[in-house]
Amino acid sequence: MERAPQSPTPSAEYDAPVTLEDAFGPGAPVVVFDRVSLAFDDKVVLEDISFTLILGHTKIFLGASGAGKSTILKLILGLLRPDAGVIWVNGERVDQLREDELMKVRADLGMVFQEGALFDSLTVRENVGYKLFEETDLPLAQVNRRVEEVLGFVGLAEYIDRMPSELSGGQRRRVAIARAMAAKPRIVLYDEPTTGLDPITSITIDEEIIKLRDLENVSSIVVTHQLRDAFYIATHTAVRENGRIRVLPADPKKEKQAEFIMLKEARVVFEGNAAELSASSDTYLRTFLG
Amino acid sequence: MIEQWLKNAFLELQEYLRLCLAFARGVVTRPFYHRDVIEQFDAIGVGSLTVVLLTGMFTGMVLALQSGVTLDQFGARSMVGRLVSASMVKELGPVLTALMVAGRVASGIAAELGSMVVTDQINALRALGTDPVRKLVVPRILAGILMVPVLTVVADSIGMLGGAIITVWQLRVARSVYWNSVVEALYIEDVWMGIIKPFFLGFVIVSIGCHVGLRTRGGTQGVGRATTNAVVAASVAVLAVDFFLTKLMFVMWY
Repeated sequence: MERAPQSPTPSAEYDAPVTLEDAFGPGAPVVVFDRVSLAFDDKVVLEDISFTLILGHTKIFLGASGAGKSTILKLILGLLRPDAGVIWVNGERVDQLREDELMKVRADLGMVFQEGALFDSLTVRENVGYKLFEETDLPLAQVNRRVEEVLGFVGLAEYIDRMPSELSGGQRRRVAIARAMAAKPRIVLYDEPTTGLDPITSITIDEEIIKLRDLENVSSIVVTHQLRDAFYIATHTAVRENGRIRVLPADPKKEKQAEFIMLKEARVVFEGNAAELSASSDTYLRTFLG
Repeated sequence: MIEQWLKNAFLELQEYLRLCLAFARGVVTRPFYHRDVIEQFDAIGVGSLTVVLLTGMFTGMVLALQSGVTLDQFGARSMVGRLVSASMVKELGPVLTALMVAGRVASGIAAELGSMVVTDQINALRALGTDPVRKLVVPRILAGILMVPVLTVVADSIGMLGGAIITVWQLRVARSVYWNSVVEALYIEDVWMGIIKPFFLGFVIVSIGCHVGLRTRGGTQGVGRATTNAVVAASVAVLAVDFFLTKLMFVMWY
C-alpha cells in the first residue's frame, strides 16, 4: 500500500478541500481494498483481495467469468458489503457506511454498467442528465448545457432526444459513459464496457475511456475479459492538439499508470503493468493471454 | 425441505417489513420526488378508472338483478336499493376495486421494477446517488393509499347507479323508491368502514407489487414469475386484510 488513506472529514478548524488533490495531494490513493473477502452462502467470490488505485491512474481487472471482477465494482459503490476487510473510497470507509451516507460517496463515482443499464423509459438527454436533474439544484439551462457537452464528448450530440431502444449497442455504451461522467466524478468504474461489441465499436469505447481518463483526469477501474481492449486502454493516451483530440501510443511512464490485476478463483494471481503481464511466464496467465 | 420453506418465508416477511419501514422513512424525510408522486397518481388512479367503472357498474347491475329475484319471493322488491347500497359500500366496492387494482397495478409495478432489477437499472439508480425506495416505491405506495379510496367511492357510486338502471327498467320499481331505499340502508359506520378499508388495501396492493418486483431474480423468466406472484399475493392479501379489518371494525363500532 503506497500510502495510508486519510479521512478528509472537515472539522471546525479545518477548511473543507475543494478537490481530491487538495485533500490527498498527487499520487494519493482514491480506492483502497485491504484484505477484502466475500462469500455468497458456500461460494467464495473474493478472498483476501488488496489493491490501491492512485488518483488519475487505471486498474484493469482481468479474469474468467465468475472470477469476482464485477463484484469488486459493486463493493466500491457500496451496493454489496464485504464479509471481511476494509474498503476506502475517497477517504471514506464504504464497508461501514449506511445507505444514506453512501450517497455522498457515490456523488464522486461514475459507473458504466454491463450493457449500459440505461433507463429505458427516459430519453438520452434525461438519462445523461439524470443525476443533475434529480439530485442537484442546478438550473435547467445549465444541466442541458452539460448534457450537450458530454454527449458531444462521446460523439452522440445528435442522438440527444432519442430513446435508448433506438440506439445500437455501442451507442448505448457511449451514452452510459456520458451519463457516468455528466456529474464530473473523479472515479469512473467500467463493468465489461466492450463485451458483445464488434472490434471497431470496441475501439471507440476504449478511446472514450482513455479520453475521459487523460483529458478529464479521472481515475478508472475497468473490469473486462477482452484482452485486446485492456491492452489498448493501458498502452494509449489521449492528447488535445490544436483543439482536436487524438489518441496516441503512451510513453512508458504513462503506461506504468495502468495496472493489471488478474483474478482466478476469487484470488489475485497477478498484479503489474502491461509489459510485466506480457512478459509473465505463469501458465494460467499464458493460457489467458492466448 | 420444510425448514428451508420456513426460512424463505421468514426472509420474505423480513424484507417486506424492511421495505415498509423504508417507505415510512421515505415519506417523512427528504429527498421527496414530488413529480413522481403526481405521475403515479395519474398512472394508478386515473389509469384504473375505466376498469373500476366497468366493474362497479356490472356488479351493481347483477346485484340488483339477483336480489330482485330473491326479494320478489317475499314481496320485498322495493328493498333492492338497501341491498345494493349496503353490499356495495361495505364489501363489494372496496374488495372488488382492490382486486381490480391488484390485477392491474400490482402486476404492472412488479413487471416494471422486476425489469429494472434484471437489467441493472436499480443498481444504476443507486450508483447515481438515488435511493430506489424514495424514487420508485414511495410515490407508488402513496398513490395506492390515496387513490384506491377514491376509486372505491367511484365504484360504489357507479354500482348504485347500475343497480338503479336494473331496478327501474327491469324490476319496474319507482326511481324515488330505489334511491330512498339506498339512503336508508347507509349507516354512518358502514360508510366509514367502506372508506377506511381501501386505504389499507391500497397500501397492501402496491407495497406487495413493489416488494415482489424489487426481489425479482433470474432474467425475463423471473420477471414473468414476479408478475404472477405479485397478482396472486396481492389478491390473497386483499381478501385476508379485508376480513381482519372488518372484524376489527365490528369489534370497535357495532
